[in-house]
Amino acid sequence: MIKVDNLSKNYDDVKAVKSISFELQDGQVVGFLGANGAGKSTTLKIMTGYISPTSGNVYYGNRNIQDDTSDIQKDIGYLPELNPLYSEMRVHDYLKFISDIRGIPSSDFKNAFQKVVEECSLNAVAHRTIGNCSKGYKQRIGLAAAMIHDPKILILDEPVTGLDPNQIVEIRQLIKKLGKEKIVLMSSHILQEIQATVDRIIIINEGSIVADGSSESLLKDSAGGKVELSIDVSNASENDIKDMKATIPSIDIHSITKNDSYTNINIEYSNSNDPRADIFNYAVSKKWIILEMVATKQNLEDIFRNLTSNGKPS
Amino acid sequence: MHNTLTIFKRELKSFFDSPMAYVFLVVFALLNGWFFTTTFFLYGQSDLRTLFNIVPLVYLFFIPGITMGLISREKGLGTIEIISTLPIDDRDIVVGKYLSAVALIAIALLTTSLHFITLSSFGNSIDYGAVFTGYLGLLLVGSVYASVGMFSSAVTDNQVISFIVGIAIIFVFWLFDKVLIFMPDLLAGTIQYLSVEYHLSNISRGVIDTRNLIYFGSVIGFFLFLTTRLVESRRWS
Repeated sequence: MIKVDNLSKNYDDVKAVKSISFELQDGQVVGFLGANGAGKSTTLKIMTGYISPTSGNVYYGNRNIQDDTSDIQKDIGYLPELNPLYSEMRVHDYLKFISDIRGIPSSDFKNAFQKVVEECSLNAVAHRTIGNCSKGYKQRIGLAAAMIHDPKILILDEPVTGLDPNQIVEIRQLIKKLGKEKIVLMSSHILQEIQATVDRIIIINEGSIVADGSSESLLKDSAGGKVELSIDVSNASENDIKDMKATIPSIDIHSITKNDSYTNINIEYSNSNDPRADIFNYAVSKKWIILEMVATKQNLEDIFRNLTSNGKPS
Repeated sequence: MHNTLTIFKRELKSFFDSPMAYVFLVVFALLNGWFFTTTFFLYGQSDLRTLFNIVPLVYLFFIPGITMGLISREKGLGTIEIISTLPIDDRDIVVGKYLSAVALIAIALLTTSLHFITLSSFGNSIDYGAVFTGYLGLLLVGSVYASVGMFSSAVTDNQVISFIVGIAIIFVFWLFDKVLIFMPDLLAGTIQYLSVEYHLSNISRGVIDTRNLIYFGSVIGFFLFLTTRLVESRRWS
């Protein structure tokens, strides 16, 4: 278990991270989401022992990253932001170098190497110079280096940046698979990536955590949990439409637009109180013919934008 | 120790994976060869003194060139974040990189062995002891300058700045001996003790004195300590 406790980091006058706290459990894939400059990378750098916090602590079980840095780093696989690599080295030599420092015996290296090459689809470039590899390969080389010692904890800063859509799907599947037995914390500023991969999302904005939960619970709890419903009906009189509000009080009728053959009704209702069955029954009782009924839920994208656009949870 | 060795091997290989090591070795050999042979046959003396005098001067540019990228490049590329988050002490990183620079300097000194072969083929009554201690002295001076170079490489993430800072500090060490006559008596002793040339000349004469060894050891230790502190300072920035 990892416990981030009241963590703050100031760069001179800039407060990059403001007293954030969260806990990560084993077997959890957690997405760390925020706009660029929100404090994601700073938090991850502190968690990996690369920089020290201004105040607060990060605990791995009973150990504190500040006191047992090297010891904890043995359990972490880290892919830094921008994925820096030694471009003059060959992929094999680089992974050997990392595994030597990780203390993997030479006899075990062959298996570990084959495993990560397989998992990260690096077969084609295993003996190529890193500088000559494509961006997608470089990203996966960085990922392979983070995974070579089969760590208990994986901290990945923007792991799918620079990958093409097929590679993104592959890496998502890999991360999901790894997440079954490890703690995986991955950051991103792109919501779809996170949404498709993780069990839990932590949204950070201007150094503070503004939301924390599964994507379902974020949708449910979000302040704007409203659904827009667009209904096309024929054979409906305007009065009947206006009376609908009296029968089904949980809806708000936004607009009624008459077309030649049908009428479009635009309704808004609260996510927690689904009136669609009532609307259907009402339509039947009035002998309307429903041509189309489309609900547009507020999605995570909207929530993310709400939470991060003005610096305050909306 | 294991980690120091891993870093050492990677750095030494990286010198030879790029053209850098070869360019340096060839230029080093040519420069020393030129300065040595132009006077060697004039003096008609069976020693390598001219070589031992010229190498420290060549070091002035050569060593900051070797060391300039050792840490600054890692900072510039961001790979420092990779090695600093591996379970390895900053001290091991610094010492491993330092030893790789010293190894390259030792290899460079080997290129001058050609002159030694010339000497032993044509000369007579050669003082082999002085040749040995002369080379030892050059290696020690190279090691001191390499520690200075490490420090200047850790100061910045710009290799050019690191190169220039390295030359400047080494130049000051080299200058101590030259400005001695202008110094008041009170300071002269201290300045002389700080001068690399003073200790080198003692060793080159064939005398291995612990005072000289302590000097070289403590200057190296001092700069490597500062380098380690600079590498660690990223945590508090």
